[in-house]
Amino acid sequence: MDASSTNVLLRSRRMRPWEPVLWLLAFAAPLALPGHALIINEIAIVALFALSLDLILGYTGIVSLGHAAFFGMGGYAAALFAKHVMPDPLVGLAVGIAAATLLGAVASFTVMRGTDLTRLMVTLGVGLIMLELANKLDWLTGGADGLQGVVMGPVLGKFEFDLFGRTAAWYSMSVLLVLFLLARRVVQSPFGATLKAIRDNRLRAMAIGIPVTAKLAQVYTLAAALAGAAGALLTQTTGFASLDLFEFHRSADVMLILVIGGVGWLYGGVVGAIGFKLLQDLISAVTPQYWTFWIGLFLVVLVLVGRERLIRPWTWFGGRKA
Amino acid sequence: MNTTNVNDAPVVLAAHGLVKRFGGITATNNVTLNLRQGARHALIGPNGAGKTTLINLLTGVLEPTEGSIVLEGQDITRLAPHQRVQRGMVRTFQINQLFDSLTPMETLALTVSQQRGFGGKWWQPLGAQRAVNERCEQLLEQFHLTAVMAEPTKVLAYGKRRLLEIAIALACEPRVLLLDEPVAGVPAGEREELLQTVAALPADVSVLLIEHDMDLVFSFANRMTVLVNGTVLTEGDPDTIANDPQVKAVYLGHGEDAHV
Repeated sequence: MDASSTNVLLRSRRMRPWEPVLWLLAFAAPLALPGHALIINEIAIVALFALSLDLILGYTGIVSLGHAAFFGMGGYAAALFAKHVMPDPLVGLAVGIAAATLLGAVASFTVMRGTDLTRLMVTLGVGLIMLELANKLDWLTGGADGLQGVVMGPVLGKFEFDLFGRTAAWYSMSVLLVLFLLARRVVQSPFGATLKAIRDNRLRAMAIGIPVTAKLAQVYTLAAALAGAAGALLTQTTGFASLDLFEFHRSADVMLILVIGGVGWLYGGVVGAIGFKLLQDLISAVTPQYWTFWIGLFLVVLVLVGRERLIRPWTWFGGRKA
Repeated sequence: MNTTNVNDAPVVLAAHGLVKRFGGITATNNVTLNLRQGARHALIGPNGAGKTTLINLLTGVLEPTEGSIVLEGQDITRLAPHQRVQRGMVRTFQINQLFDSLTPMETLALTVSQQRGFGGKWWQPLGAQRAVNERCEQLLEQFHLTAVMAEPTKVLAYGKRRLLEIAIALACEPRVLLLDEPVAGVPAGEREELLQTVAALPADVSVLLIEHDMDLVFSFANRMTVLVNGTVLTEGDPDTIANDPQVKAVYLGHGEDAHV
């Protein structure tokens, strides 16, 4: 009896055989496709950003249109630290995470109450505030010109960033893997279960003694930290920070990516990031100006048909079955 | 029923002069209620008497306009709902309030973890603690949910969902349990059993039951309060209430409401 029910809870939490294979393939990719290391790096960063959004959107049910606030905060903090203090990537990454965490903790007060609509507006507002701050504080951020001359030291004092982006890709993927495993631990824990409870039924969550607002603040801060890590990785591996980090399209794209890959599923961000970036690459090669049209069309079809059906073409023409 | 000694037991939950106004409407009007330790106390009244509003005031979903609520000697009038739960007062809902994407096992494991203070643990998976799992198994067994424990709650049949609704409340290990029409929608054959499970709770757990079905109320309760138009009409043991001419008038006047 005990064994069976423990299995029920722990069964779904085991690592599947395909998972290590997927990660091994991902780490082999920069070697196998040497010309594509830059885009692999970008995919890893976007995947981490989407993973962070999934913690609040997919697992807790907090909608956000301003997640780029934390991405940008981490990015600028890491870039400034590298430029003015020291070039070590890991220390810079920690600084980026710390800055985004702090911002997340403060901003979490804005998402504790209210409906989805208020949250959309409030998060959008915070994103815009951060964008305008970065624009105005040009003595610090370089304003609209961006922050130039960010030179990074070697990772762990050994691995220099190369022109082809191979080190960058491995660096970003390693950080993604570590934070992915951390996020997995969190969502499978009792803490993660309380988040899902809040998402499913806030009233009942309170009625079983869950301090809902405190939990929302905690997960929002955690998600901000992960978004900050993603931003830091981007500025560190590109050697450049610009206002683009805070732009609205980043917040919108990351939500799109999560919808493509699937919310409430940690691989959703990874799958979505790969799908989005490949689609972008593929379509813009064919029709450089109109690629957003096709992405838009794809999104409409995806949402209307449903992901489950879309990836199972044999169900398309079967008609309705009981 | 042991009506004699329950009236001497200490009061565990006391409402003093509770008033709740929504704009110009007074939903709860100067309600004073004492729930004694170990009581099986029923709150009855016709539809619109303000029973659910009163439950919402007691549990903190609504804040009273006037009055105070004392739980085991502590004023809890301004406490948030989850803080009242942490102090031992737990409720069930008239309309099921469940976690649809979780399974019954996950739901109970999460509730028991929260109740035992592990709700903030993030480094260990849910299900890693043997004591929590064992408590969940007991509850699943007790509420006939073992067979469906790994199914998502949203696909469960209504009767099972109703059982889970009550099981969640018991997983919180309540000392004061507020039941808002617990057997609503439960097939007739299973009602008795469900209520027996509740009646068989440890003697020091106090239960406040809101119910329309008079047969059930009289088989369960050893103390009754009648609520009409937001105020307490009368309070007493079941025999007194059954023979009270005022109560008869209310229920004869609204005969059909009594069994809705």
